[in-house]
Amino acid sequence: MSDTGITMKHELDMVQRPAAPSALSNALVFGWRAVLKFKHVPEQLFDLVMTPIMFTLLFTFVFGGALAGTPRDYLQFFLPGILVQTVCFNAVYSGMGLSTDLGKGLFDRFRSLPIWSLAPFAGLIVGDILRHLIAGAIILTIGLILGYRPEAGIVGVLPAFALLFAIGFGMGWIFIVLGLLIRTPMTVMTFGFTFLFPLVFASNLMVDPATMPGWLRAFVEVNPVSLMATAMRGLMGGGATAGDIGLALIAPVVLTLTLAPVTLWLYRRQ
Amino acid sequence: MNDVTRTDALSSAERIVPLAISARGLAKQFGDVRAVDGIDLDVPRGMIFAILGPNGAGKTTLMRMLATLAKPDAGSAAVMGHDLVAAPHEVRASIAMTGQFASLDEDLTGRENLLMLARLWGFRGRAAKARADDLLAAFELSDAAQKQVKAYSGGMRRRLDIAASLIVTPSVLFLDEPTTGLDPNARQAVWRMIRALAGGGVTILLTTQYMDEADQLAARIAVIDRGRKIAEGTSRELKAATGSGCLHVALADPSRIEDAIQVLQSRLGDVQRGREGAELLIMTSTTKQANDALAALVAADIELAHFSMGSPSLEEVFFALTGDGARVDEIKEIA
Repeated sequence: MSDTGITMKHELDMVQRPAAPSALSNALVFGWRAVLKFKHVPEQLFDLVMTPIMFTLLFTFVFGGALAGTPRDYLQFFLPGILVQTVCFNAVYSGMGLSTDLGKGLFDRFRSLPIWSLAPFAGLIVGDILRHLIAGAIILTIGLILGYRPEAGIVGVLPAFALLFAIGFGMGWIFIVLGLLIRTPMTVMTFGFTFLFPLVFASNLMVDPATMPGWLRAFVEVNPVSLMATAMRGLMGGGATAGDIGLALIAPVVLTLTLAPVTLWLYRRQ
Repeated sequence: MNDVTRTDALSSAERIVPLAISARGLAKQFGDVRAVDGIDLDVPRGMIFAILGPNGAGKTTLMRMLATLAKPDAGSAAVMGHDLVAAPHEVRASIAMTGQFASLDEDLTGRENLLMLARLWGFRGRAAKARADDLLAAFELSDAAQKQVKAYSGGMRRRLDIAASLIVTPSVLFLDEPTTGLDPNARQAVWRMIRALAGGGVTILLTTQYMDEADQLAARIAVIDRGRKIAEGTSRELKAATGSGCLHVALADPSRIEDAIQVLQSRLGDVQRGREGAELLIMTSTTKQANDALAALVAADIELAHFSMGSPSLEEVFFALTGDGARVDEIKEIA
């Protein structure tokens, strides 16, 4: 302790600011932070890995036979859907992370830095996309082992994953806004899942809506999650039209265009 | 308001150095509460300036406005010549702030925290690593560099937090209660670092609840209460108003207490009884007065168990400045 006065001198040579980094470079730093979080908080990887494995296995073997004759036939229908569901559920985590960060002083530091204001959020989204990639790859691998065959081959799977990221990106804004509004991470999670469960289950993601009552079917047909699941099935199984993909992208695009400005406004307002 | 201590900002004749911070009529309201209620502030460049006040006085809100973290409802301010509202980005480029609650990522290591910030400022690759390692060394955290911040002690966190504010040497450093909650050693270490920084030319605005901290560090002190500035001046000027200190005497023979009060009152004015039976507290403006009072006690054959002279506490400063006993009790309760 006693030599502080001496060591401080070295560090005190007035250090000038280097050339201002680009917005992209700022965003990548926040992305790097998201990756470090995986390293230091491996618990969150457990969630990320186990939840999709559990859902895929349970639905395939518990409901598959009853719903589609054999688990394997059901998997063929269900796998693109579980990808959409996983991405939607994953998006809740960045909202929780944001809520945690805001409860501490960390974002005050970010906000008092001369950086692109949206960079911390871009970083959250980078983290999200990594999560989507890991979870998506796990589900696809399990699916392939259990007998799922994407009929459109790799040419279908790659654009399907691109669509998946777009869906995750769009859905992410909902939970970023919730994270900014709600100070307790657990409440963000409760809100998030309360909103997501009906949206995901009342869709064509798990079952053909033919047997649902008319009023519900009317909702299921316009539910953005149904549109996403349909486009994913089309891309992976072959036969997706540009219209299918366009319909699936409506929600992510609208969410981004409306909620990104809301995010910025909420962030600056505080 | 006390007429000995000026509450106005520096007069123009005193402005030899250009101002780092200049605020006029800053105000911020939360619901019905006027957290900051029209504050003027002039801080010359290179100075350590303390804002002294109890919890809830508006210190943190004032500082958050100056650091562009909260928008003022009224008034205006410039930091290093940049207007807070019109040019927040320029303000941010010349300041750094260390808040009351560590603004660090607890899951990351100390080094990763500094690396992240260095990269955000625009240091690349090796330069970012060198900057992080330099700061860790300067703040005696090299040994803990690879530990997650959640394993740090309070003093280590505070040091890392201040280091995180110095990635690029700021023109103005805001420190919100830099030593609250620290043990005496850690407190001394933070004080040394603050002095070293000021020695390097950084303007430092700090908030504190401790009179002795303001006294030790700051060239000028603004005393704030309920969102308003109730006094401003150098430590010496404030003491002229509040008394340089508080003389505590404890009598060897408690039965002589009335005699002692009489002797002291005739020389120093108001005498307060301490919480312990035979203890008396007297505000003095000079050590000579204190000395005379002690001599008078000896002359009157009143034996002392012990005596001490200390800086006035925040309560005592407030009492002297406001003469408001009820307010002092309120502050004691909060503290």
